[in-house]
Amino acid sequence: MKGNEAIAEAAIKAGCRYFFGYPITPQNQIPEHMAKRMPEVGGTFLQAESEVAAINMVYGASGAGARVMTSSSSPGISLKQEGISYIACAMLPCVIVNIMRSGPGLGGILPAQADYFQAVKGGGHGDYRLIVYAPASVQEAADCVMEAFEASDYYRVPALILADGMIGQMMEPVEFKPITKRKQPPKDWAATGNDGTKPRAQINSIHIEAEKMSAVCKGLQCVYDKIAAKETQYEEFMMDDADICIVAYGTTSRIVKNAVKKARELGIKAGLIRPITVWPFPSEMIAKATEKCKAFVAVEMSTGQMVEDVRLAVNGAKPVLFVGVTGGMVPTPEMVLEELQDIEEGM
Amino acid sequence: MAVVFKKSNVITDVPFHYCPGCTHGIAHRIVAECIEELGMKEKAIGIAPVGCAVFAYKYFDIDMYEAAHGRAPAVATGAKRVHPENLVFTYQGDGDLASIGAAEIVHAAARGEKITAIFINNAIYGMTNGQMAPTTLIGQKTTTSPLGRDPELCGSPIRMSEMLATIDGSAYIERVSLHDVRHINKAKKAVKKAFEAQLAGKGFTMVEMLNNCPTNWGMTPVESIEWMKENMIPVFPLGVYKEVQE
Repeated sequence: MKGNEAIAEAAIKAGCRYFFGYPITPQNQIPEHMAKRMPEVGGTFLQAESEVAAINMVYGASGAGARVMTSSSSPGISLKQEGISYIACAMLPCVIVNIMRSGPGLGGILPAQADYFQAVKGGGHGDYRLIVYAPASVQEAADCVMEAFEASDYYRVPALILADGMIGQMMEPVEFKPITKRKQPPKDWAATGNDGTKPRAQINSIHIEAEKMSAVCKGLQCVYDKIAAKETQYEEFMMDDADICIVAYGTTSRIVKNAVKKARELGIKAGLIRPITVWPFPSEMIAKATEKCKAFVAVEMSTGQMVEDVRLAVNGAKPVLFVGVTGGMVPTPEMVLEELQDIEEGM
Repeated sequence: MAVVFKKSNVITDVPFHYCPGCTHGIAHRIVAECIEELGMKEKAIGIAPVGCAVFAYKYFDIDMYEAAHGRAPAVATGAKRVHPENLVFTYQGDGDLASIGAAEIVHAAARGEKITAIFINNAIYGMTNGQMAPTTLIGQKTTTSPLGRDPELCGSPIRMSEMLATIDGSAYIERVSLHDVRHINKAKKAVKKAFEAQLAGKGFTMVEMLNNCPTNWGMTPVESIEWMKENMIPVFPLGVYKEVQE
């Protein structure tokens, strides 16, 4: 199954019954799959007039208590940022999928990881965070989507699936596992029409008084702290005795795994920490790795974005190097191996 | 003693922030009374805009959203698709609906979205201190057209009711004015008709209400009412622009 189709089907399996989207390559199979499947399950698929409208339809449907998703690719995700900021402030749950292409600007349609900053550092205006999953396979993309709906409902924080175009476009076997349900709080805040048995819904993100806005931001921060403590996910690969720790996510992490194996054949003890959530970022794990590892390398399909979070986690304890290609180029294991050999020689 | 007037139970007790002499209060009352009289208080969902009515979510005693600037019709679409049995309306000004939200309102109409837009046209951006709106009249002075709106420089006022009436998905479109009692009573009938058409599933509905803005027009309330009648109605003729029978 294609990654994009698996993402769409996983959403349906997770109980998502509303999808609002707008065409853009390389994510078109998501809305196309939804257009076919939603009527079959009694759901609603709507092609909006723009990404801006689509995210505001998400605001409307989520505020009305529904499980809802939208998807796009980089330039379209930029257009959604206004709505995402409002959704974050109004504390509405939803899942947003970004099948990343290259940029800035209209960029290209080939895979990239250049929207990392946008995804984990805000993107839209104001003090907010998203729960950001960065799957490295079609299977993991499906798993992450299901988990994203549960986590988003649980915390009332929007979740983002940050997948590069490779994950969206490639075909791999996928098994839709039963969803791991969380004990969800009731959506008693939703706008459904008010019969007077509960306070009326006010889905809102304006707080004119500084004291009130400050309290809202602090409240959000408390939720984000809980998410950081509970929801951080990562994979370790050959880290037990690693001298050199590579940090990479998504498609890049698969290439790095090959590089690590080849390095090991040459006697270079390399290992990988693969963030599965890029926010919250596995900073603690990376900080811990500074006790044993002599150097760190961030590998990305960008000119260097996640590397900043790696540097923050390493906090000057060890050197942090960067290997990156961008613009739709994909790194090769050899490229990574060369860097590892250089480091090994210098050690 | 007979009660001749009472506040609708769809209006909360929160004091309005609107300027003295502004007709927003009348527009709110009309909408609230229509909801109450149709027995839809428990089923109504409103979407407030960005602009003078940004705090409308505090004033209507029903489930309310506050939307991003111009996006209320998209938010209403999301809410209505989830709750098709509910009465869903947006309340938007001219900057919100006719400028930044032009795409959202046109496509809500194109989809025949079963919502009602209450469109407050006062030919100016009120909340931000009186800048030029897409509905500002030719020659009208605003803070961003200090010499008067020049059509060579920035075009002519846009007529949303006429435009939206051309769209197949529109079921009821009427322009009314709030400058005197007779017209206020007509405005209320229009809102009720629009709500009824929505509830009958006929399609997209809108009531455009000509409003005054004494503060930013630089007039007394009485002068502004006179100005509305003399200057706005000739540019924005009143009447029913679309009414789908079945």
